[in-house]
Amino acid sequence: MSYRIHVRVLPRTGLLDPQGQAVEHALTALGFAGAGNVHVGKAITLDLEAESREDALATATRMCDTLLANPVTEDYTLEVAG
Amino acid sequence: MLDVAVIRFPGSNCDEDALRAAEGAGAAARFVWHREASLGGADAVILPGGFSYGDYLRSGAIARFSPVMAAVRDHAAAGGPVLGICNGFQVLCECGLLPGALIRNAGLAFQSRPVDVRVETTATPFTSAYQAGQVLRLPVAHGDGRYVASTEVVAQLAAEGRILLRYVRGGMPDAPANPNGSLDDIAGVINAAGNVAGMMPHPERVVDPRFGRPDGAGFFASLAAWAPTPA
Repeated sequence: MSYRIHVRVLPRTGLLDPQGQAVEHALTALGFAGAGNVHVGKAITLDLEAESREDALATATRMCDTLLANPVTEDYTLEVAG
Repeated sequence: MLDVAVIRFPGSNCDEDALRAAEGAGAAARFVWHREASLGGADAVILPGGFSYGDYLRSGAIARFSPVMAAVRDHAAAGGPVLGICNGFQVLCECGLLPGALIRNAGLAFQSRPVDVRVETTATPFTSAYQAGQVLRLPVAHGDGRYVASTEVVAQLAAEGRILLRYVRGGMPDAPANPNGSLDDIAGVINAAGNVAGMMPHPERVVDPRFGRPDGAGFFASLAAWAPTPA
C-alpha cells in the first residue's frame, strides 16, 4: 500500500526566526494589517510503501527524527494520506 | 610527521586551502573522498568549508550520511583529532559529534568579511600554539553561522572550558562583534573528550603572510605538533 506523507518543518518556537520576521515586515509594509507570528519553514512530501497506515507513520517519524528535521532547532508535524 | 586527511564532499570548496595550510605547518596531508570507507590510517581529520550537497535540506545534513563519516566517527571515538571548519562545523553538529546547531544568520545576510575572535582555550590539539585570550583576525564566509543550543548546553560548554573561540569587537569599531547572532558570541566549540572541534571562521585562508597577518596558521601548527597521549 502506498501512502502519501506530508511533513511540515518549522523553526522551534521561541527561537529567533529572521526569515519569519522579514516576511512579517514585508506583509505589514504591503498593508496587510493584523499579520503576526509569521514563521518560515519547509514542506516535504513523499510516497511511502508500507503495510499499514501505522507502519507508514512510524517510518515517517523515524525519517523526521534522523534527517528531515533538526531536533535542536526545528519541530515537525506529520500527515499520512492515501 | 602527522598525517592529515582532508575530507572532500561534493560541494567542498576550501579543501585545497586546508590541505595547503596543513602542509605549510609541516604535516603530511591528502584528500579523502567522501565515498571512501576508510581514512587510510590518518592521524587527524579536517572537514573543510564549502557547501556540501548544496546545503540541501540543512547545511551539513546530508554530508553526515556519507560513507566516510562512519570512519570519522570511529577516528573521533578513538581520540583522534577532528577539526570542522565552517561547513565542516555544520556537519559535525548535524552528526552529533558536537552539540548544538548552526542556523541562518540572525541578520539573514551572508557574512563574508574578516572578524576578530578570541582564543578561549589553548588546551586543545587545535589551539595549543596560541595564547589564551589572544585575539585573531580570521575571515568568515557563511549564511548559516548562528550557533544555537539549549541554555543548559551553552552553560555546560562555558563551565567546562569547551568554547574554543568567541567573536569579539576588535579593530573594526563599526562592525558588530557577533556577525551572525550566535549564542554567547560562540564562534567555535569542542567536544567533552577534547578532540573534536568546530569553528565558523576560516583559518586556512590566512596562513600565508602574503595575504596579510597569518593569524590562522596557529591552528595548523597546533595540529602538526599534536601527538597522541601514550596509553
